[in-house]
Amino acid sequence: MSHSITDATLRQKTIAGTLVILYASITMVPLLWIFMTGFKTPPDSISYPPKIVYQPSLEGYVNLFTTRTRVSPEKLAELPPPKNFAEEIVRNREMVIAGPSKFGERFLNSIIIGFGSTFLSIFLGTLAAYAFSRFSIPLADDLLFFILSTRMMPPIAVAIPIFLMYRQLGLSDTHLGMILLYTAVNISLAVWLLKGFIDEIPREYEEAALIDGYTRFQAFYKVVLPQAATGIASTAIFCLIFAWNEYAFAVLLTSGTAQTAPPFIPTIIGVGGLDWPAVAAGATLFLLPVMIFTVMLRKHLLRGITFGAVRK
Amino acid sequence: MAEVVLSGLSKSFGNKIAVADIDMRIDDGSFVVLLGPTGAGKTTTLRLISGLEKADAGTVSIKGRIVDHDTPAMRDVAMVFQQYSLYPHLTVRDNLAFPLRSPILKTPKKEIEEKIAQVAEVLRIKDKLDNRATELSGGEMQRVSIGRALVRDPTIYLMDEPLSSLDARLRADLRIELKRIQADLGATLLYVTHDQIEAMTMATHVGVLQDGRLVQFGSPRDVYERPNSIDVAGRLGLPRINILPADLFPATRGKGHRIGLRPEHIRFGDGQPALVKRIEHLGDQIRVHLEIEGHALVCLQPRLRSLSVGERIGVQPIDPLFFDENGNRRA
Repeated sequence: MSHSITDATLRQKTIAGTLVILYASITMVPLLWIFMTGFKTPPDSISYPPKIVYQPSLEGYVNLFTTRTRVSPEKLAELPPPKNFAEEIVRNREMVIAGPSKFGERFLNSIIIGFGSTFLSIFLGTLAAYAFSRFSIPLADDLLFFILSTRMMPPIAVAIPIFLMYRQLGLSDTHLGMILLYTAVNISLAVWLLKGFIDEIPREYEEAALIDGYTRFQAFYKVVLPQAATGIASTAIFCLIFAWNEYAFAVLLTSGTAQTAPPFIPTIIGVGGLDWPAVAAGATLFLLPVMIFTVMLRKHLLRGITFGAVRK
Repeated sequence: MAEVVLSGLSKSFGNKIAVADIDMRIDDGSFVVLLGPTGAGKTTTLRLISGLEKADAGTVSIKGRIVDHDTPAMRDVAMVFQQYSLYPHLTVRDNLAFPLRSPILKTPKKEIEEKIAQVAEVLRIKDKLDNRATELSGGEMQRVSIGRALVRDPTIYLMDEPLSSLDARLRADLRIELKRIQADLGATLLYVTHDQIEAMTMATHVGVLQDGRLVQFGSPRDVYERPNSIDVAGRLGLPRINILPADLFPATRGKGHRIGLRPEHIRFGDGQPALVKRIEHLGDQIRVHLEIEGHALVCLQPRLRSLSVGERIGVQPIDPLFFDENGNRRA
């Protein structure tokens, strides 16, 4: 085999691989710990020294999805035998299931608001980015700078005005309100990222489509969009991650109907003592949608990050 | 197919005048070749006709109807771009079908397949139909891009150096093919090229552009034999026309400021003594570089005589072109 100065040797690959695996293991530890805690019993979760090997239990997940009431042992004995594994777990703690918890609802809220605002950011962002990229817009540079300037302070800096405004407009604690808010924060990122991607698509393709008998919108839809797919996918991931994880506004502006999972999960602690397994179970489930979304789009994401760096 | 008439067409980009006051009539079924140096406005003229650019002044009319406010789609023109502009996310087949599937044409499936098969045959891209457009070589891309125009039956075909990146053999074949398509279908073509052979062999009319102006328009022979100016004369003919002071030869003295000598305007034997500086064997022709009183002269070696470097030979002009001080031809 001939020696190449650009291809890594086996030794270099091994060193690089080891370092990456080492780094990944360190960063994975907290995640793994959360995942493991989700399957512990509450006593196991706070035992000292911490247990690495333990008897797995679904108590955390049961507690996450239910509300429970304590009953006296005499009353417990009078009850009919437990109908399922969840009731059995709960009765072992001298409690009965009183009803479902709010976690399901909160999780659904997160999905509606997260994906809703991501869709809206991408939809508006793509149209705006296309317009900025292709048409001569008066004061285009100033407008773009203005759009970017909305990101120059932490969004929470405007929390109080937004809180007051939302109260006046009746947007507090509504899905629409949260979707609009996260879209407003994400739109600048979306416009700027997508403009970069669309700038890279030569105009000639659209011109060819115009000549081939299509309108400008059809040319955009049939020629530009498929080629911007990579950019759209990676921008969507960034938008979703922000909207999904956002905590401060969610605490401030939602309490009931539209509360998302991030402000809800910590409240689990207070319900029945320090219920760490339930918190960990909630956190584990909360991680899943973004993970699935990212894995689904990972091909685009990787290409998107290196986009434009290499001349094709 | 239809006639296309340009009148007073002008276009500037900022301070740069791209096209200035062009009047041109492209008759139904004609093959018009635009010649001119880079930046003379050839491509801009095509874009103005197609509707990709809006003229600052003047009008374009197709089939006797002014189309200045029509979109490119409404004008029903086909264009072959210099940069190919194939849709990279589609296969060759879908690229060729793209114009046929447009909301304007809405061609039935079967007809699309027939058209594609036919065009693929002509352009020799049959085995590439299922490749992605990005998996082609430059020459193949260029052929697909020509094919995307040929599947249609537009009012006019606009072609911007369509054969420029093909190898010599394929270029010669496609030249004949394009000419045949034009003759068989009675298609109207406006064709931009730098290649004189393309201009001479395919064109029914040649338009020469210079700094955005149409300086001459006529049949290829007309432009070759009676060029308006030195610049136009240099556009056609290989080796290039030789421009010399008229005073150099007794026969031409006083008849103009400068004379233009094409190879066929030169007779060897008597006349001004010239020194053979260099001889180039090009295969089908042998070029001889001469020097007369410090002026360079390129001509073809006479058929019956073989010259060698360092030799002296008499040179005499026959029926040369005469130009005045401004480079315009004297009638």
